[in-house]
Amino acid sequence: MEDDAPVIYGLEFQARALTAQTAETDAIRFLVGTQSLKFDNQIHIIDFDDENNIINKNVVLHQAGEIWDIAASPAEKAVITTCYNKTSDSRVVSCAAVWRMPSDWDSGSHESPDDSAHNPQTLELLCHLDNSAHGNAACVLWEPMGDGKRVISLADNHALLWDLQQSSTQATVSSTATLEGKGQLKFTSGKWSPHHNCSQLATANDTAIRGWDLRTMSQIYCIENAHGQLVRDLDFNPNRQYYLASCGDDCKVKFWDVRNVQEPVKTLEEHSHWVWSVRYNHSHDQLVLTASSDSRLILSNMVSISSEPFGHLVEDEELSEGEDNHQEDKSKEPLKDSVVSTYEEHEDSVYAAEWSSADPWLFASLSYDGRLVINRVPRALKYRILL
Amino acid sequence: MDAEGSVSEEAGRRRKVHGMLKLYYGLNEEGKVPELPQSLDPCDINGPHFDPEMYLNKLRRECSLAELMDHENCMVKQIRSLDSDMQTLVYENYNKFISATDTIRKMKNDFKKMEDEMDCLSANMAAITDFSACISGTLQDQHAQITKLSGVHTLLRKLQFLFELPARLNKCLELQAYAQAVSSHRRARCVLQQYSHLPSFKGIQDDCNAIMEKLAQELRQKFRDGGTSAKDLSECVELLLQLDEPAEELCDKFLSHARSRLELDLQGLEAEIKPDPPTSAVKEAATRRSSSTAAAGSPTANSPKTLSLPSPTPNTDILEFIDRGCNEFVSSLCLVITSYQELFINHAQTGELASKNIPQMANGKLQAFVHDLAARYFSLVERRIQEEKGVSDNSLLVRALDRFHRRLQAVSKLLPGSTVPNQGTEIVIRAATERVKQYLSALQSFYMDSLTDVRQALATPRLSVAAASVAGGGAHLGGPASGRDAPGSLPELLSSLSANILNQIKSVLASVHLFTAKDITFSNKPYFKGQFCSQGVRENLVVNFIRFVCQSSRQFCESAGDKGGSTPPALLLLLSRLCLDFETSTISYILTLTDEQFLVQHQNPITPVTTLCGEAREAAQKLLNHYVKVQGLIISQMLRKSVETRDWVNTIEPRNVRAVMKRVVEDTTSIDVQVGLLYEEGVRKAHSSDSSKRTFSVYSSSRQQPRYAASYTPSAPMDTNLLSNIHKLFSERIDIFSSVEFNKVSVMTGIIKISLKTFLECVRLRTFGRYGLQQIQVDCHYLQMYLWRFVSDENLVHFLLDEIVGSSAHRCLDPSPMEQSVIEVICERG
Repeated sequence: MEDDAPVIYGLEFQARALTAQTAETDAIRFLVGTQSLKFDNQIHIIDFDDENNIINKNVVLHQAGEIWDIAASPAEKAVITTCYNKTSDSRVVSCAAVWRMPSDWDSGSHESPDDSAHNPQTLELLCHLDNSAHGNAACVLWEPMGDGKRVISLADNHALLWDLQQSSTQATVSSTATLEGKGQLKFTSGKWSPHHNCSQLATANDTAIRGWDLRTMSQIYCIENAHGQLVRDLDFNPNRQYYLASCGDDCKVKFWDVRNVQEPVKTLEEHSHWVWSVRYNHSHDQLVLTASSDSRLILSNMVSISSEPFGHLVEDEELSEGEDNHQEDKSKEPLKDSVVSTYEEHEDSVYAAEWSSADPWLFASLSYDGRLVINRVPRALKYRILL
Repeated sequence: MDAEGSVSEEAGRRRKVHGMLKLYYGLNEEGKVPELPQSLDPCDINGPHFDPEMYLNKLRRECSLAELMDHENCMVKQIRSLDSDMQTLVYENYNKFISATDTIRKMKNDFKKMEDEMDCLSANMAAITDFSACISGTLQDQHAQITKLSGVHTLLRKLQFLFELPARLNKCLELQAYAQAVSSHRRARCVLQQYSHLPSFKGIQDDCNAIMEKLAQELRQKFRDGGTSAKDLSECVELLLQLDEPAEELCDKFLSHARSRLELDLQGLEAEIKPDPPTSAVKEAATRRSSSTAAAGSPTANSPKTLSLPSPTPNTDILEFIDRGCNEFVSSLCLVITSYQELFINHAQTGELASKNIPQMANGKLQAFVHDLAARYFSLVERRIQEEKGVSDNSLLVRALDRFHRRLQAVSKLLPGSTVPNQGTEIVIRAATERVKQYLSALQSFYMDSLTDVRQALATPRLSVAAASVAGGGAHLGGPASGRDAPGSLPELLSSLSANILNQIKSVLASVHLFTAKDITFSNKPYFKGQFCSQGVRENLVVNFIRFVCQSSRQFCESAGDKGGSTPPALLLLLSRLCLDFETSTISYILTLTDEQFLVQHQNPITPVTTLCGEAREAAQKLLNHYVKVQGLIISQMLRKSVETRDWVNTIEPRNVRAVMKRVVEDTTSIDVQVGLLYEEGVRKAHSSDSSKRTFSVYSSSRQQPRYAASYTPSAPMDTNLLSNIHKLFSERIDIFSSVEFNKVSVMTGIIKISLKTFLECVRLRTFGRYGLQQIQVDCHYLQMYLWRFVSDENLVHFLLDEIVGSSAHRCLDPSPMEQSVIEVICERG
């Protein structure tokens, strides 16, 4: 059974920021933020037509500066946050803001890309997550599955919990947590846990991973030296509340049980350079996507630590039909942790990878040279998981 | 007819005559057949059926006259001779007859006289008979009396013996002539028993019994107190057996007596083990002591002894210990066995005791006894062997074990069915395997120790290098000389390390080989011929050690993997080379050596050389990869810090190369030197005709300038990436942390790749001002000038540096690059 070929989309600018439109559950839609120092930066809204294998794009201008991070509201499709660099007077400042995308982009999605490029619309600023007092923003996190009222921004060594009021036009800091220690500590990345009533946050700084309780804004666990070098990204297992994946500059992807932080549960060493992003599939947590600056994207099947540790046993009766008996026979063996496939469509460092929020078998990856690649989980594996 | 016969026969006449006579008297002794036709012929003058008429007629009819005349003459002659013969015969016989008649007459006279004498004799004889009868009649009474008297005499003597018996027995008792007493008593016993109904005899019997009881008592006493020699003891037993002591009891007593003496030996041995616990295991010693006293069964007897032992007794070596065990315990055990067998088994078989199944019973007891004591002895020996922890002198242990084993053979000869020798062999086997284990751990600790030494050796000059560089070659302790020596010592360290390991293995093999020496008694046991060699030595010792080396090397990679540098990189490099050497030569050499020395028969599945080599190679690869990673990381960290900490937007115009870059080049050079000491150069792609910096300057100016130019033109934002993308399209994908080959160039390429890629990624995270970009340009040019010579493919360095400059140009707010010539001037200035 042949898998569909990957769909590639090229941006004109270099880009690092990629997110799925979380609130959208029908259409497959990704948002990409560009990085350009000389031109107006853009947010590309990429719609993927699964049936026709066609990409439709809309471009919205983001004039505030080059985008380092982008996140979509889980409640409102049009609301997003970005972290961007603003250059003024030979100074570079990182800021974060909440934006609303123009309302008519949706209707214009069927226009030809050329037309929309002519007349790009501009984002509507809802509010700044004004953190000049706290330093440069690294990333903004929405409350998972929340009502779009709460965000956390990580800035230097502060974690700020914001309440968005009046249709997100006003933001107030409700509580803060500060990382204290020797030297200049800086959060590099973070993740809001969807478990425990969304009361926990995990952050990465240097080689350590820390867990925070948002009710008290205090640290609940700390994995010192989680990676040999810088920790680049984190993700929570959507189904197993104590499981956490991390990746970093030691080329490794590690899986942790936060109840026992001495040793990782599992370690993957498939990449040959820094791993920049790790993402659990939202529905099938054995599928883990990792992106690395070795220009590769790797999809792994971590059966042994998933919430469905043995997969679904395939019944013989089900197999007796169809032409794929021979292929399917193999699936009777218990599945092992393995690399499902390695995607080599990128030619520069891949800094971001995301699963689609609408189709659990589809994901996008973005490399620095502005190439966005949309791929699917191999069908053989998909059927093995489903059946 | 004789007359006519004599006519025909003339020659041998005399014979003929005798034959004739014989014939006449019917003495035909010969019975000749040809006589018959002769005799039947009536014309045969000598035949019995001769008919003169027929003969005459025949003559007359057949013969002429002359012939008749001749015949007549012949006949007359014959007749005459026959006549004369007859006459002489008659005369002879006549004379004989005459003398016979005379003799008869004379005899007649003699007989008459003899008859008279005979008559006289018979008369005399009758008189003698009368007298004799008379005498015997008179002597009859006296004879009966004498017979009776002599009977009384013997009886009296016997009685006297009986009456004197108690006194005699007493005397014997006093003189301790027990054997005599017992034999006396035995003689009297039956009689006394028979006549015991008579009061006097009863008295004697009682006396005797009392005395004998006393004697038996005394014997038992003698038997009981241990002082007597084995010979005395056996005599005692023999006597007691004769005194109808129950044999079983005697066996028990004998054995218990022997046991007490043997136990003394055992305690002596035990005492030698005990004083050893030096300082640490006091508690353990106490428990051991208490357990041992409990085992001995008589704590009261033992405890003072153990306490009175002079604690600082020098711990005897194992050979002495075994010697003592053999000489004291085993030999007395053998003595006991022999005398016991003599007494209760061989002896009883002949005597009347045989019927009571005593030999079987006695044998059973003996077996149990020997088994029990041997078990204790073995446990002692094993404890002692276990104390032999030091692996310094194996020959001592082997000799001790040999002696131990040899002496047990004596027991096996005495007691054919015993399990004792087998147990002994098992102990030897256990000791041997234990020893092999000890050697393994000794080898391992030796290896770890030598690694520590190497580590120290690596650390010391390293410090002095650092000190020298800080002090600027001043008169520091280490001095620059030692610093310069340091890298030179790396191959020396490697060779000395591997030589040490090899020597150690060899010496261990030689030590272990003692176990299978020809003159050692247990070496011909099947275990030592087969399993010990293949499993014990080859697998458990040699193969396990090699595995250990590989494994510990791998551990260096893993333990150090997380937070870098706990192991010095030079050690990683050295170990990697060591493992590689193992793979190429050492392993096969060691295993061949082992196989040859021990004549390993490959009966069990053994680890093949190739597997081990594979493991070693894998370890070497892993170590080298790790080395690259660690070194790469060190340089990356420098580069990253330098990029991250600087404010690139507001920097001043570059006047020289940043110190970090110089440091990077310095470190790379020293790594290159270090690797070059242990690994070969390796192959590099052919350099372009002139790979000097000048080529690069042309290269960079021709390629980079248009790219920067392109990035200015706002009309074509796509173009900024175009060149880079096209370049990527035709270049191979670069795996940054990939496996390296076992040569210098590959290692250096790996390190430089890691460093430059880090540089690239860091640059991409920053924003640059105009001078920031120019500084990067200068730095990259500087790196290009020096790094190309280390790598296998200089294009790789070109490409990565291009990427860096390109990326920083993209991240630049005001991208106006520096003139190439200026860059060159700055770089050449230093």
